Amino acid sequence: MASVAERLEGIWGERPGLITWLQTVDHKKLGFKYLYTGMVFFVFGGIESLVIRAQLADANLEVVDPETYNQMFSMHGTTMMFLFIVPVLSGFGNYFVPLMIGARDMAFPRLNAFGYWAFLGAGIFMHSSFLIGKAPNNGWFNYVPLANSEFTPGVNIDFYVLGLIFLGFSTTAGAINFIVTILKLRAPGMSINRMPIFVWGELALGLAVVFAQPPLTAALVMLELDRKLGFHFFDSTQGGDAVLWQHLFWIFGHPWVYILVLPAFGLVSMMIPAFTRRPMIGYIYIVVAEMAVALIGFGVWVHHMFAVGIPQIALSFTSLSSFMVTIPSAIQVFAWLATLIAGKPILKTPMLFVLGFVFTFVLGGLSGVMFAAIPFDLQTTDSYFVVAHIHYVIIGGSVFPIFGGLYYWLPKMTGRMLDERLGKLSFWLMFAGFNLAFFPMHISGLLGQPRRTYTYQEGLGWDIWNLLSTIGAFVLALGILITFINWYKSMKSGEPAGPDPWEAETLEWSTSSPPPEYNFESIPAVRSLHPMWEQPELRRGPQRPEDGAYLLASGHETLATSMLDATPQAVVEMPHESPWPVTVTVAMMVSFYGVLFDSALLTAGGTVASMAAVAGWFWPTGETQET
Amino acid sequence: MFWISLAVFAVVVAFLAVAYVRGHRKQTQLTEARWGGPFVVVSGIVAPSLILAGVFVVSLNDMMALSTPPQQPSLTIDIIGHDWWWEVRYGSSGAVTANEIHIPTGESVQLRLTTDDVIHSFWVPQLQAKTDLISGEVNTMWLQADEPGRYRGQCAEFCGLQHANMIFYVIADEPREFESWLANEASQAPEPAEAGASRGESVFLQSSCAGCHAVRGTEADADLGPDLTHLAQRETIASGVLDNTRSELAGWIIDPQSAKPGAIMPPTELSPADLDALLDYLESLE
Repeated sequence: MASVAERLEGIWGERPGLITWLQTVDHKKLGFKYLYTGMVFFVFGGIESLVIRAQLADANLEVVDPETYNQMFSMHGTTMMFLFIVPVLSGFGNYFVPLMIGARDMAFPRLNAFGYWAFLGAGIFMHSSFLIGKAPNNGWFNYVPLANSEFTPGVNIDFYVLGLIFLGFSTTAGAINFIVTILKLRAPGMSINRMPIFVWGELALGLAVVFAQPPLTAALVMLELDRKLGFHFFDSTQGGDAVLWQHLFWIFGHPWVYILVLPAFGLVSMMIPAFTRRPMIGYIYIVVAEMAVALIGFGVWVHHMFAVGIPQIALSFTSLSSFMVTIPSAIQVFAWLATLIAGKPILKTPMLFVLGFVFTFVLGGLSGVMFAAIPFDLQTTDSYFVVAHIHYVIIGGSVFPIFGGLYYWLPKMTGRMLDERLGKLSFWLMFAGFNLAFFPMHISGLLGQPRRTYTYQEGLGWDIWNLLSTIGAFVLALGILITFINWYKSMKSGEPAGPDPWEAETLEWSTSSPPPEYNFESIPAVRSLHPMWEQPELRRGPQRPEDGAYLLASGHETLATSMLDATPQAVVEMPHESPWPVTVTVAMMVSFYGVLFDSALLTAGGTVASMAAVAGWFWPTGETQET
Repeated sequence: MFWISLAVFAVVVAFLAVAYVRGHRKQTQLTEARWGGPFVVVSGIVAPSLILAGVFVVSLNDMMALSTPPQQPSLTIDIIGHDWWWEVRYGSSGAVTANEIHIPTGESVQLRLTTDDVIHSFWVPQLQAKTDLISGEVNTMWLQADEPGRYRGQCAEFCGLQHANMIFYVIADEPREFESWLANEASQAPEPAEAGASRGESVFLQSSCAGCHAVRGTEADADLGPDLTHLAQRETIASGVLDNTRSELAGWIIDPQSAKPGAIMPPTELSPADLDALLDYLESLE
């Protein structure tokens, strides 16, 4: 009789080859795809930023012309905000949420595949604008009326608008999938108060996206109607309102920047226990804080608009909520610090990134609190001070944890360790380069340098600070490059990692590295917030039914449990690989290009094809109902 | 606020340093951290709430102080944003200029901010925080300069290709000097006294110049570009990008696109003699 592992292999295995590559619904393969694709876009966005810094190294340089410069900074922001951080965090989430909660896949594997393909499609769609030299050129927040067809007649803005509508399908699908997976597929016994903090972070991301995405999509659709069909939503000469765009954009936009950091915070709360050898202090405070940020984040959007001329009473409310939103962050910072002090930090590369993160994020948070003060904001908004702030919170708050996460989790994903020496070198270069690049921007901002300017005059005292920023940016890029080299080397010749190289606390370390296609031979029963530390049987191989495990080795199945207590409720039949997600995406892409180039034929053809593909997706197969 | 930030940052770095040092110690007994919860509550909730509440109250006071001028404004100036220059109008006096805003020292001046096209933002860092110029809205703010001088300002909201070169100056003069400047600026353009300038006036009126620019007192009354009635009074041209000298002016007229790529002003083809006469005329517009 075949062993359990062989039987599961037969049930869950996907055939190798290109077809499977296109059809896979395995959350781990999709997680890798998200990670790689997000990193490719990160490199694009990084190159754009180096062009920007080269142009600004000194006064009156002409490395690129103003139009190219505007496309560069617009695509830099759009790429980093939409195509890098959230996809990479979704990649980690896709890969690790099921592993951390003891499930065999995400709740909706085919939707998961669609989410990835739509993200890739939207990214290709937006970047294809470079092929005709018409990349988006009005910044990542794309204010009207500048973005109306009167002032930007080319297709630049249509690439931005349609690309982001397209991407919205991906983000929404991903968010819903995370919410359902986290609430319904946790291993038996993993009640909601035993959920790893990273999983809480992804849940906060999911919930925030579901509420933040609709205002953006609405605004984008309205703008495209203005541009293509002559509507007047944002045209103040015809009774429209230019400020409406800003409200809709920032109701989305500010929650979005919290979306960028919440899972990253969760990641930090995973790495600190692993490298201090003790549980996080204040688990409950951290969880409440994560959710509070996601909630309060919806009340602060007007602080991007203090200079617009909104009545002071409204500004005061936003100012208050902007002060309030710092408190949950303070809670987390001090919980991390308390754990670091109570434990014995082991300074491996991931931990260096965590310490670097705390350092820079606190600086970014402090400059952020300053913006909550209206008079200060009015002086510094739209200056380089804001550029400094946003990079401190986003690189500090999100990119450093992501890089720490690479060193922490890639051994699980590839089965091979990364090199510590290269890792530390990479960290110190990134840390030094980052601070050299962005700290001077505080000063140039206070000296009056506005953001988004392709050149500046001599004699204003800005030159030296800009030169330092440029040098720092290149050092930072070098540090990032070293991590990529390290990554490549580890895949070729890294030390084997073994199932649990860090002796960490959560379930993903109980299975092999890389995990088998079915994740766990048996779905473990969880009796602790730190299962790997407090359930010794998990270290001895797959949990046995005597210890409470569910085998589920006779079908393509995982276990559904109740939302709060995770008591077993049902065995869920999981779908197999499918050609439909990628087909729907291609069809949608055709119709988006149709709208872009005013081709009714392409638009109609693509729309009909995508509806047909959705019908194919849901066509009854005669077997059990697959979701 | 800076000192509070510095203090908070110092505390955090101190904790980080403690953690880092502990990481280098050989063996540590894992202590039962019963102080952990209260520590998080006190330093993560109580302390920041107290500090932030204080800063919030102070900032509201400052906000109200910023929005009310110290004195009753003596003068209202209309500032109209254009791609990519600033139109400046002195109400009923009839004075109109561009990119250089003269104000009297020691007096509060009210500004009415509007835009002719996209959103811009008015920012003179040394004098006042910024206020946006919003399409379809009128925003107001005030300025006051106590010392005579030239204060640089720049558009602070991305407004397209030449956002970087939408520069202006606020020039604060003693009230008496300001009054005479205003009286001159409100008057019509002087009749050209010399033959060259006089020929230049007809070049101006017959070439494409008059299609966009006004010189009060002549037939040229278009309002697409800056009012040139007293151009020679200005220190800069092209919205603060070039000095107002004969050679810069000539280069700007012939080829505005090299100094400001994307500027709305088209290149003008003129014979050398016509250009010379035109420059004589423009330099006579005191």
